[in-house]
Formats: sequence, C-alpha cells, structure tokens
Amino acid sequence: MAGIAIDRVVKTYGSVAALRDIALEVADGAFMVLLGPSGCGKSTLLGAIAGLEPIDQGRIRIGGRDVTDLEPKDRDIAMVFQSYALYPTMTVRQNITFGMRMRRAPRNEIAAGLERTARLLQIEQLLDRKPSQLSGGQRQRVAIGRALMRDPKVFLFDEPLSNLDAKLRTEMRSEIKLLHQRLGTTMVYVTHDQIEAMTMATAIAVMRDGAVEQVGSPDDIYARPASLFVAGFVGSPAMNLLPGELADTPDGPVVRCEGIDVPLPGYAFRDRPQAGRPVMLGLRPEVVTEPGPRAQLRLAMDTVLVEPTGADTIVRLALGPVTLTGRFHPATRLSPGSAAEVGIDLAGASLFCAHAGTRL
Amino acid sequence: MTAANADARATAAAMRGARGVAWLRPAELARVALLVLCALYFLFPVYVLVTTAFKPMHEIRLGNMLLPPAAWTTEGVVKAWSDVCIGGRCGGLSPYFWNSVRIAVPAVVLSVLLGALNGYALTKWRLPGAHLFFGLLIAGNFLPYQMVLLPMAITLSRLGLFGSYEGLIIVHVVYGLPITTLLFRNFFLGVPDEIVKAARIDGAGFFGLFIHVMLPIAVPMLAVAVVLQFTGIWNDFLFALVFGGRDFPMTVALNNLINTQFGDKEYNVNMGGVLLTALPTLMVYVFAGKWFMRGLAAGAVKG
Repeated sequence: MAGIAIDRVVKTYGSVAALRDIALEVADGAFMVLLGPSGCGKSTLLGAIAGLEPIDQGRIRIGGRDVTDLEPKDRDIAMVFQSYALYPTMTVRQNITFGMRMRRAPRNEIAAGLERTARLLQIEQLLDRKPSQLSGGQRQRVAIGRALMRDPKVFLFDEPLSNLDAKLRTEMRSEIKLLHQRLGTTMVYVTHDQIEAMTMATAIAVMRDGAVEQVGSPDDIYARPASLFVAGFVGSPAMNLLPGELADTPDGPVVRCEGIDVPLPGYAFRDRPQAGRPVMLGLRPEVVTEPGPRAQLRLAMDTVLVEPTGADTIVRLALGPVTLTGRFHPATRLSPGSAAEVGIDLAGASLFCAHAGTRL
Repeated sequence: MTAANADARATAAAMRGARGVAWLRPAELARVALLVLCALYFLFPVYVLVTTAFKPMHEIRLGNMLLPPAAWTTEGVVKAWSDVCIGGRCGGLSPYFWNSVRIAVPAVVLSVLLGALNGYALTKWRLPGAHLFFGLLIAGNFLPYQMVLLPMAITLSRLGLFGSYEGLIIVHVVYGLPITTLLFRNFFLGVPDEIVKAARIDGAGFFGLFIHVMLPIAVPMLAVAVVLQFTGIWNDFLFALVFGGRDFPMTVALNNLINTQFGDKEYNVNMGGVLLTALPTLMVYVFAGKWFMRGLAAGAVKG
C-alpha cells in the first residue's frame, strides 16, 4: 500500500498543454477520482502515473519512491481500461496470468494467484473462454482480475464502466467500491461521470483544461464548490446560478438578483468583496423546495415544467426573468402554469465572483 | 454477417413465395450464365494444360487438343520432374524445384515477419521520423521492377552476393517489405492501443509484446501476406533470371525447358512442367484460403 505524490507535473502535446503544473497528493488507501469533461487531462494524468505517458517536467512518487523515470512494469501498479484491453487470442486464464508469466513467476505462485483472483471475482467457470465469448460485464471482471493478480501498490482505473449498460454499470460500481473496502489499496479512478465520482470516491479531484480545479471530499465538492466550473459540473440537475450584485444592509450581506433580495447573514466568506461587485449566486435544486422551517426566503413563483423522477419531482420555476430548478416531494402536486409556494434554504448557498468564477 | 445472411434468406423466401423459384427468374439466370461463362473462360486453359500433361505423345500428335486423354499416363509429368534435360543437365525440374523452395521459404518468412515488425513499430511505438519512413516505404510500392534492377545488381555485386541464393533472397525481401509493411501497418492501426498499454504494464517489452500479443492477433493478416508473398516470389522470373546465377529457381528452368529450340516438342512434358511449377502456389491458396478470406475481411480486433 502506498500514497501517490504528484509534484508539479507538466505535459504538452506539441503546442497544446495537456497537464499544466499539476500538484496532487493521493493519501495511502484513498479512492481518488479524477473527474472532468473529456479533454481535461484526467486520462493523461492517469497515464503519467502509470508511466504510459512520458511527462515533460515534475516528479511522481508512489509510496515515497520516485518512479518518474521507471517503466510502467516497474512502478508496481495495475490498470483497468475502458475497452477492457483483454488479449483477444488468449483465454481468460492466459489473460490473467500473462503478467506473471512475463515476469517468469514460479508456477505454483501463478496457480495460487489465479485461484485466489478467480474466486474473489467469481470467474472460475470462465477461465477457459476467450474474451469474445464473454459479455461486457464479464470482460470487465476479467480485466479487474488481471489487475488484481499483481497485488500492486496502486490500482488505476481509466473509465472502466463507460462501455457498460446502465444497470451493469451500477452493479460494477458497487463491486469496485466493495473491492476497495476489502483490499484497502490506493485507487485512482478516472471518470467524466459525476455520479460515479460522488458514489465511489473518498476524495475527488475536479480537472479542467489540464489543471486541478478543486480537490476535496465528495461532500466538499458538492456542497462547497471552489468555482463556477465545479459547481456546474457536479450535481444533477445542475446548480441554479443567478447573476446579481452584492450589497451591504444592517442585517448583513444581501445579493440583489433581478429585484429579489437574497439575504446571506451566515455566509462564510473566504474572501469578502466590496459591495456592488457582480456575483453569481449558486443554489442546489434541493434547497429550492416546499416552504419549511429551514426556509429563509419564501417566493411565490410560476410553475413552468414538472418532471417526476419517482423519488422526487424536479420542477422548473419562474419569477419574472429569474428561473430556478427545484426538487419537490412527489406528494406536492404542481402543474405547469400554476403558482407555487417556494422556500429556499440559504444555508446551502454558494457565491462566486462573476468575472473570475472563483468562490467568494 | 449471419444476420445479413438470414435477411437475405428471408428476402429470397419471400420472393419465391411471390414469383416462383428465385433462380429461374430471367435476371438470376443471366447472372448465373455470366458467372459460368467467366469460369469457363478461366478454366479452359487449365483444362488443356491438365489433359495435355496426362496424354501420351502419340495422342497429342493427332491434334485433338480438346479431347480428354484416351489413355491417361503420367509419363510426361514424371519425365518433367526427374528426367528431362534442361540446359545440358538431365535431372528434370526437381533440383530447380528445391532451388525455388530454398529461395521462396526464407524470403517469404523474412519479408512477412519483418513487415509485421515494421507495421507494429510504426503504429504502436511512435518513433521519431515514423511518418517520413512510412511515406518512403509507401513510395517503394510504386517502384517498377525495371527501375531497381541495375542499382540492385550493383549493390549485390559490391556485397559479393551477386548470383547467390542469399542475394536473391535479399532482393525479394527488400522488394516485398513495402507491401507487407503497408498490410500490417493498416491491420495494427485497428488494434486498440489500450491492449499495448495493458501489455506494457504486464511487463511485456518491445519484442515480448510483438511475439505474445500482436502476432497472434495478426494471424489472418499473416495468412494474407504469406499467400501474397509466396505467389509473387515463387512465380518471379525477372529477378531470378538476373540475380539467380547458376542455381536458378524453377520458373527459369521451366522457361529454358519450354523454349528449347531443337528436337521434337514434347508437349506433355512441357505441360507437366508447367503443372508442377504452378502447383505450390495453388496449394498455398487451398490451405491458407480460409485464413486468407478472413484476413481480407478483417478490420479491427473486437474482443
């Protein structure tokens, strides 16, 4: 087991900067998810950790050992790929044992490892099949098995669930999380799916344009996004973002949005700007709901669109030029065109600088 | 594939139901007739070749070229193989057959394996200058034989290999590399890079990856390249004539046999010789045909 230290890593493809001065610590035993849209550099960073992508500057340490100049096979890592990357001409058994055979491990060691892995992943009955005779879920199981054989210091996952259908994806998600809980090995997991990131991670690094935008626990990322980008990328439905300007009143700071005064008496400013500055107010849909004891702001709005999801109902609301997405209890009957009483819990609000996009 | 077949069958069945038996319709009849005609056109010379080879000389002298032999005999073929005199040596074509084997087998193996290695290196290890190298290699595909003859002759004589097996093998390998490299490069482009990454993490190096992972994937393409190269090298006449020296291969011997200007033309022996010379390439198609077709159809490698 080992943590990973990524120290000021830079990587460019021609004139395109893929990784800009990345610094990231992955704690020993953590499940770190690299989250971001396609092209943000998350897969490149994973490749750099694996040693598959040479880096231009910086150092990478795994378990305190500098691995920057080591070949992938010498870094004591294992990797699972999006396309599974099984060797198509080999049986499952040959696929799983390929690494040990390449390293000329003793036969009894290979047999023991194979048995242990096959039992753990319940693929004993598949050992003599070729990858083409397996379903997508079985293939990914075998690919994970191949990674497990190494008993590595670090597991790397490159969007391993993207090729699976929705149901299987949910199942495999739980399985990988259980695997992490059982093994306790450090895992780094790349995905663009924020649900995967939220459900599996012990820590999330949100990336954008080759830089890390925010690192934190899933709760941190969700409740206290460090930037407009993180706020918009994480969460579904997306966070409501309202342009306004900051004003001071005797009762504390207020955000004026299109004629609505939103009081923020208890807001924990990181960096309090002057009054009159343009800001963006961020409200998660779940704080826009039926008026209740925690509602600090009550509005009478118009219902525009009602989308029941079963567990709750997503409602789009309007008040003049302001539109909000709210999350209501399914028992609250709302129909398009009708008026809706809305209560907003401002304890969960976020404020961002309208220009720089950073959290205030 | 199977879905398409099932579709086609279903359509055909529907047509039969509506308009009677499908192959009796005029369009279908015309198509079958055309195919039969083409087959006849190509098979007719083969028919004459085979029947003449197995006729005794007195039947051939009657001039009934199209009649099958009244009395089948292998004397012509046997004589062509072991007895006929070629350029003053009277051992038949068999020693030249073995010359051909000695040239074709190493030349095919080397040109195919090196082509595969090139294709693998060009697609899976982005080496500096790979694009330029590949461009030059592609240009090599368009060089006509006549253009390389003289430079090749000079190079070989400088190397002291002019007129030797080794020299001829080198010529065939070098001349074959552009096409085999192109074949394997395009094939390996379709193999996902993630497989290469997985194998590198598993500890396979440049050659380990090639031998254990890439070559087994490329078996269909190996069949295509072997058939292509074997046919070309076995049937080659020009390079063999120029660079073959005294121990020339079967094609040159066959030419010497058939173009002999004196004595009675033994057509059954000549035809027997042609049959024997053509047989190995035919056999390669028969045995590698299944793989050949699969290789031609092969695009990407999916799981």
